[in-house]
Amino acid sequence: MLYWLYNNGNEGKAAMQLKKIIEILKADVIFCENEEIEILTACGSDMMSDALAYVKDRAMLLTGLVNPQTVRTAEMLDMPAVVFVRGKVPGEDIVGLAKAKGIALISTRYRMFTACGRLYAQGLGGGTDDI
Amino acid sequence: MTEKVTKRYEVSGADFTHAGEASGKVKALLKQIGYSPDAIRRVAIAMYEGEINMVIHANGGYVLAEIYPDRIDILLEDTGPGIADIGLAMQEGYSTAPDEVRSLGFGAGMGLANMKRYTDAMRIESEIGVGTKVYITVKS
Ligand SMILES: Nc1ncnc2c1ncn2[C@@H]1O[C@H](COP(=O)(O)OP(=O)(O)OP(=O)(O)O)[C@@H](O)[C@H]1O
Ligand SMILES: [Mg+2]
Repeated sequence: MLYWLYNNGNEGKAAMQLKKIIEILKADVIFCENEEIEILTACGSDMMSDALAYVKDRAMLLTGLVNPQTVRTAEMLDMPAVVFVRGKVPGEDIVGLAKAKGIALISTRYRMFTACGRLYAQGLGGGTDDI
Repeated sequence: MTEKVTKRYEVSGADFTHAGEASGKVKALLKQIGYSPDAIRRVAIAMYEGEINMVIHANGGYVLAEIYPDRIDILLEDTGPGIADIGLAMQEGYSTAPDEVRSLGFGAGMGLANMKRYTDAMRIESEIGVGTKVYITVKS
């Protein structure tokens, strides 16, 4: 369920602009105030408490779960963006909440594994080597 | 900030959609007061886990937040079914959440362990058939 994309500065993983993430995931932007924002790490999970177990700065959540708690989880973790995988599109209530909290929402047709893999291959890290 | 600020929030047990609202409010308030981002995040995550637990396991309750200059005390109290074995409930991976809760993204059995990890102190008092009180403290 949990795929913390493996990272270390010395493995050549680095920050990535949201703009580039959108490109790599061929994603649709549902809401975004600033595509120039730098994402440092990413976490893929459908279980919110798994995501809540790992705190990293400017991390992004990838999830197949679509309900307001994905945005709440991002809010508590100070995450600037949530990516919905498998082409899921959130409803108005979720988009409204994200707007109120200033959290970007994007949607990709890639599945979780592929979405994470594409980002990792392009240099985005997972922010932890704890296993 | 020199005096204590006390806030009370009702948490509706029937309302999964709005679960987390109280945590969001406390987070905003702490930001306004000027707490360190690290302390704010730890409080927010721990309180959010507690709030979600009240909604999915205990039919709601209330949260009392006491904000001091050097620490934040939070009490989450419900009148739900209670926790039979607190030691077991604290273990990572232990969950009694039904499948429908899991399909909502909760029920990994990580919440109480997360609360413990992110706080400086945590205490649970629970009685079967009466309810549960979870006390957490985060130092600034
Ligand atoms: N307020 C509560 N009232 C009654 N039982 C509770 C309460 N909080 C937790 N529990 C019990 O303790 C178990 C473990 O809680 P914990 O928060 O660690 O995991 P979870 O809520 O099942 O899953 P997760 O938090 O990962 O979404 C729960 O499954 C439930 O049986
Ligand atoms: Mg929980």
